[in-house]
Amino acid sequence: MTSATAAATSTAPDWLVVCTRADLVPYSGVAAWVETAEGPAQVAIFYIPCGPNTPRPAGPNTPALSHHDPELYAIDHHDPIAGANVIARGIVGDLKGQPVVASPIYKQHFRLEDGQCLEDEAVKLRTWPLRFDGEKVLIKA
Amino acid sequence: MNKPNLIIIGNGMVGHHLVEQLIEQDATERYTITVFGEERHRAYDRVHLSEYFTGRDADSLALSDADWYAANGVEIRLHEAVTAIDRDASEVVTDQGRYGYQRLVLATGSYPFVPPMPGSDRPGCLVYRTLDDLDAIREAAKSASTGVVVGGGLLGLEAANALRGLELDTAVVEFAPRLMPMQVDSEGGELLREKIEALGVQVHTDRATQRIEDGVDAAHRMVFQDDKVLETDLIVFSAGIRPRDELARDSALEMGERGGIVVDDQCLTSDPAVLAIGEVALWNNSIFGLVAPGYQMAKVAAATLLEGGESFRGADMSTKLKLLGVDVGAIGDAHGDRTPGAKTFRYLDQIKQQYRKLVVSSDGRRLVGAMLVGDNSVYDTLMQYYSNGLDLPEDPAALILPSSEGAPTLGPDALPETATICSCHNVSKGDICATLDAGAEDLATVKCETKASTGCGGCAALLKSVVDHELEARGVEVDRSICEHFAHTRQELYDIVLVEGIKTFGALIEKHGNQDTHQLGCDICKPAVASILASNFNEPITDAAHIPLQDTNDTFMANMQKNGTYSVVPRVPGGEITPDKLIVLGRVAETFGLYTKITGGQRIDLFGARLEDLPDIWSELLDAGFETGHAYAKSLRTVKSCVGSTWCRYGVQDSVGMAIRLEERYKGLRSPHKLKFGVSGCTRECAEAQGKDIGVIATENGWNLYVCGNGGMRPRHAELFATDLDDERLIQLIDRFLMFYVRTADRLQRTSVWRENLDGGLDYLKEVVINDSLSIGTELEAQMQTVIDNYRCEWADALNDPEKLKRFRSFVNDSRPDPDIIVTEERGQLRPA
Repeated sequence: MTSATAAATSTAPDWLVVCTRADLVPYSGVAAWVETAEGPAQVAIFYIPCGPNTPRPAGPNTPALSHHDPELYAIDHHDPIAGANVIARGIVGDLKGQPVVASPIYKQHFRLEDGQCLEDEAVKLRTWPLRFDGEKVLIKA
Repeated sequence: MNKPNLIIIGNGMVGHHLVEQLIEQDATERYTITVFGEERHRAYDRVHLSEYFTGRDADSLALSDADWYAANGVEIRLHEAVTAIDRDASEVVTDQGRYGYQRLVLATGSYPFVPPMPGSDRPGCLVYRTLDDLDAIREAAKSASTGVVVGGGLLGLEAANALRGLELDTAVVEFAPRLMPMQVDSEGGELLREKIEALGVQVHTDRATQRIEDGVDAAHRMVFQDDKVLETDLIVFSAGIRPRDELARDSALEMGERGGIVVDDQCLTSDPAVLAIGEVALWNNSIFGLVAPGYQMAKVAAATLLEGGESFRGADMSTKLKLLGVDVGAIGDAHGDRTPGAKTFRYLDQIKQQYRKLVVSSDGRRLVGAMLVGDNSVYDTLMQYYSNGLDLPEDPAALILPSSEGAPTLGPDALPETATICSCHNVSKGDICATLDAGAEDLATVKCETKASTGCGGCAALLKSVVDHELEARGVEVDRSICEHFAHTRQELYDIVLVEGIKTFGALIEKHGNQDTHQLGCDICKPAVASILASNFNEPITDAAHIPLQDTNDTFMANMQKNGTYSVVPRVPGGEITPDKLIVLGRVAETFGLYTKITGGQRIDLFGARLEDLPDIWSELLDAGFETGHAYAKSLRTVKSCVGSTWCRYGVQDSVGMAIRLEERYKGLRSPHKLKFGVSGCTRECAEAQGKDIGVIATENGWNLYVCGNGGMRPRHAELFATDLDDERLIQLIDRFLMFYVRTADRLQRTSVWRENLDGGLDYLKEVVINDSLSIGTELEAQMQTVIDNYRCEWADALNDPEKLKRFRSFVNDSRPDPDIIVTEERGQLRPA
């Protein structure tokens, strides 16, 4: 399928409500089921509240950064190396200044900003823009 | 093409070492190798023979696994004594047949010398050399209350230790005016006597036994040259050894005047097809009665049988021993009687009972010998001066005088490349450097590659300092920081948490984290700190402050499997479970479609649990009285046990009761890595306790404690740590041991590796834990008590907290289960498709 036909057959991405702030676990991840424009996806959502322990600069998905804004990341829940849906259950951290999640199965690191696997250049997870709207968490998918 | 036959007669330590050397050099491609051993047992560690009475058995003393010979293509014929060598036909003869050889090696060793005297063949007059000898001693000791060892040398004192181990009133009778006359002088001998008598062993020197006859109060009466007598129930002769050279004598090989097979520098006998090594070989008119020279001969013989190029050039008879707990060391010309013009320095402390003597060359520049009694701490340094001919310091006395800074030790940079670091395996500093140049980056790798410090272990501290120094010299920064977020080791982080009372990861990284990195932490430091915090405070790991630190297994308190489902292992203390509870496990597995398997730790593992089912599964398990088993955690897993005296005909203690007590006590203790225990009810060791971090084996009088064993990838026998403990002392020592490990180990370092890297080794560990040399015993016990007092079942805690349960949803916004988890049926159970 070419990008032209994809653009023709899929609806444009839209901001969808995915869950609430209370569903999130600070400095950790949860999984969500999202009907994206390309079809259903299992999405891992990581919530890294700003504070003394927050990596800076903030990720690209952070809306209008003020000191009290949270950081949100949405990335594939599917771990292509392990072949299982587990990424949301990995440990969040930072390596050389980049926020990452470590797969809980074989421990590869994936960059939260763009889904790149640090151990294998050929592996890259999908990412989606994410933001708060009051207590709601919105995803552009 | 038919390969030539190589026959090796003798399967002792040296004969075994020869086979190891041959296999290492692929000799099985050149020869068909057959080994004959007259004993029932394959080669075992004769140096540690006395441990046979303190808990070790033939298997654990064995130098190889049972199938090692076969696996390496070497035929071993045990319990088949060679009765003759037919050199004309090139055959060896046993009672089972004749075997042709092209090359033959005699490694027949020696036998204990029993001085000729009337009565020395009475029943109950035994020798100390083989496992069968020890079985005979043990059998005879059953009806004895006193025992005498004839011979006060190295082996005699070992034998005396063995008799003490059998709880006999023990005496040593020595012909010479002092104990260990070969190694020590009269002052050293006197000190040695005092120390050994203080242990309750009588010492009689200057006594030549004339005859042995019926006793009045005991089975035997020994009559000495001055008509004095000594009565005893059991006599062990350990008055020296003689070469087992009768096969060679009968086949007319060249012999020494007083026995021994004459060999040249290549270990060849007068028949170039025949070699001899070890205690049967006479080189340059000397027989070497220690294992290290025997190993060197084995190495030379292997070379002679293959490419050649190695020569035996004699061996140093310096020894460092611990006999009956007393350090004795002798280096080179310790008596100073073989070096013209030699001068001596002597230091004697009768309070601390230490004696040190230096023998130096006439110009005072070189160390030619040394003697140590009561303290071997300077042995390594002195040995380096001696064996490498190093210039002595201006005032050599400083080497043996006590000083507030401790004896000046020899820096590793002062050693030449040829300096022998490990004499058991003949590893030089140059060998170590070569390993580092080939890419080794730590001590463990160097030990693995060179075998250095894996024999007697006496060189461990020296080896470590050489490795550290050489790594530094190569610009390898020995950076032991745990990760990029902390410039600290795990041990340092532990101390910070302990001293400052820091209770959260956030507070720790804010105050002690690297300022130039971002401060989220990572999958290295977060679980490590979580473990440290739990070891100190034991707060629930699923509390909000701790949950982001946990690995997925701890987060969900179950073990993630390859398809993203979990396995569930409830605690079954000591492996004891009621029928009702078994039924509950079966019912839960049936309800939730779980695959069940019995674990190696005597529990039942339920596989294939979906994340969202975990709370319901645990709700049922908790209702039935189960609690979490921590199979997911770096913490105490199981205490495996045999049924012990409750059911077993052989059990001498209630091993199940003790296993349950230990498991209940230490459950929930978070540690650097997982911990496994075993408790056996008798020495048959059915619980395999010697393969565990903590092994407890019942004795008639209580419990023997073993530590730092391991199964897994790198199996390691646990080491005997303390004997005949009562219940309370056992628990006190385990408390201290575990907390000391928790405090000082690296992350993910099992007790076995921790022990191998511990400076000072087992002796140091005993000092700290048993003798409380650091005065931290009470503190360690108190900390353990804190952990125990704060124990709560993590699953019970989570089920009572709706916030924590929110985590157990497959999707936060959708109730469907993960549709990608697909199972199939195999052998009547479900497994991942």
